Amino acid sequence: MSDFDLDALIDDPLIHTIVCTGSGGVGKTTTAAALGVRAAERGRRVCVLTIDPAKRLAQAMGLSRLDNSPRPVSGVIHGTLDAMMLDMKRTFDEVVEGHADPERAAQILANPFYQALSSSFAGTQEYMAMEKLGQLRSQSDADGTWDLIIVDTPPSRNALDFLDAPKRLGTFLDGRFIRILTAPARGAGRSLGRLAAMGFGIFTNVLSKVLGAQVLADVGTFVAAIDTTFGGFRERADATYALLKERGTAFVVVATPEPDALREAAYFVERLRTDDMPLAGLVVNRVQEVSPLLGADQATAAARELEASGAASSEEGRITAALLREHAARIQTAARQEHVIGRFTAAHPLVAIARVPALPEDVHDLAGLRRIGELF
Amino acid sequence: MAVYCAQVTVPPADLHVVSGKGGTGKTTVAAALALALAAEGRRTLLMEVEGRQGIAQLFDVPPLPHAETRVAVAPEGGEVWALAVDPEDALLDYLEIFYNLRRAGSALRKMGAIDFATTIAPGLRDVLLTGKAIEVVRRKDKGHGYDAVVLDAPPTGRITAFLNVNTEVSGLARMGPIHNHAELVMSVIASPRTAVHLVTLLEEMPVQETLDGIQELREAHLPLGAILVNMVRRSSLDEDDLMRASSGLAIADQLRSAGIIRDTDAVAALLVDEARDLAQRLTLEDTERDRLATTGLPVLELPLLRGGVDLGGLFTLAAHLRGVS
Repeated sequence: MSDFDLDALIDDPLIHTIVCTGSGGVGKTTTAAALGVRAAERGRRVCVLTIDPAKRLAQAMGLSRLDNSPRPVSGVIHGTLDAMMLDMKRTFDEVVEGHADPERAAQILANPFYQALSSSFAGTQEYMAMEKLGQLRSQSDADGTWDLIIVDTPPSRNALDFLDAPKRLGTFLDGRFIRILTAPARGAGRSLGRLAAMGFGIFTNVLSKVLGAQVLADVGTFVAAIDTTFGGFRERADATYALLKERGTAFVVVATPEPDALREAAYFVERLRTDDMPLAGLVVNRVQEVSPLLGADQATAAARELEASGAASSEEGRITAALLREHAARIQTAARQEHVIGRFTAAHPLVAIARVPALPEDVHDLAGLRRIGELF
Repeated sequence: MAVYCAQVTVPPADLHVVSGKGGTGKTTVAAALALALAAEGRRTLLMEVEGRQGIAQLFDVPPLPHAETRVAVAPEGGEVWALAVDPEDALLDYLEIFYNLRRAGSALRKMGAIDFATTIAPGLRDVLLTGKAIEVVRRKDKGHGYDAVVLDAPPTGRITAFLNVNTEVSGLARMGPIHNHAELVMSVIASPRTAVHLVTLLEEMPVQETLDGIQELREAHLPLGAILVNMVRRSSLDEDDLMRASSGLAIADQLRSAGIIRDTDAVAALLVDEARDLAQRLTLEDTERDRLATTGLPVLELPLLRGGVDLGGLFTLAAHLRGVS
């Protein structure tokens, strides 16, 4: 195991995209934002794309949900830092408007299925995060606005959903199902002959039984309308996926020193390797720091001594004994955390690790993000 | 100062939905709740819907199939069963139960319709998962169900959309079988038979997310249960003690009399630093307690399991949830 040098990563001019990933609640967004501030203040031109930041963190970066494009973060010393929060519906609308003629776009935007899909259903966020990253990347390649884009991944069920989104979309578009759904619009007669062998009769029977004929027709119309739009969207998603494999991309896996978070981190590390995606290292947030000055056993023994000798009946003795026990508990927590990290390291000895100490308070402002960056 | 309120218990319901921000331990709390509700001879079902196999890990049993499996015996008799809902199997169950169409499954799979419904079409997955939960809950009406069902649900940021997905669907399909099914599901979820509990920590971000989640759930008219504060660290020191410790209490003398003779002053200074940290944390925790109290919901606190979460720890948490600790 080596130490993960995050400064070397953000200083590397060849790195143009950093993806922060990990399970929910491990501080992914905070890590992405802190990396952004630090990279900017070390001279990079940075854009941070966050998916679903906590309110206070969004305020710390001056973000509002009103705008779906990067805005400068004020208060950054040296360098430039832009940040944005993904607006899933707006991104989807822009995709539709960008790929369909105005009349068809209007038709899609008004479709009730589209409205539900683009605003409230789970899964759409992953597609749109990928889309937005692609957009920012192309803008940056075209006009050189940024030389580093940092993105945090959606708080999905599973961190891998982000990687799988483009492929799933491809499966859907290339699948027979979409051809069947669009069959009524394209002329069901032609499709029917070809598909009959595959149990088309059963299929339509089930669908109309379950969905009802009217709903089926509505879905068909919607899918037909969006089919061409999605073609362009898919090309871009594929291109973004390819970009994630480039030398200029670095994945930073984020975890806390807890078994669940590190298990998820291990899955992700393995998946990145399988997919040939460049892993830079693991950031472990909220690590309990301890001083080597007084061990747990010694602290516990001293507390016991105070209690047994009757010294603990005085205020000084009672408080000192309790502080010694608190100290021992801290060391035990730290030891348990190291044990869990050690299990990860044993399975993944080549993954560089950066430990970020636990802070007593949440981050409220740019200074807080800067302080975290200093701990990297 | 920390008030340990184990006497409040979780409000009664047939379906307990447990959500919480990532990292707050919602699966652990859901499991402990299933254990607590199964006590004294009852039967509960603990369901997970996110494909993580978190229940199997907690109860130290092999990965759960898509079949109800007994995972634990509860305190004073009673059983906890568990089910890891697989969306594909839930779809086939659904087709069988409502349309007697399970045999259509292989044709649907060939068509890519199963893939579409379970992974690609955002939202449909949630329809299947909530549908399965309601199917299990409604068995009780026919006299052969569980006493209570505990659902380890998606995280707070997604819970309202997850539970409300059937309202969306019944709005899209304004008539027909899907519409009727969606209405049926909502007649249970949006009723007093259901209680949505939110798991949080006494930290700013999880508390904020909990408050936001409560507001969303209220706006969607979904029935709220309790706030479950997890991993509460108990200390025998209060803020007065800590204040005294950091303002030059004779700690070094005490340490010497307890046998710490090397680096005694440095150790005393270290303990004073740690006392300041602890005082700061207790103050922050009280602030977060006050914020949670503004919701008017019952708030239950569960202790931090210092040794990590295992089956023994689940029983400890279950005892707290029953108010018998």
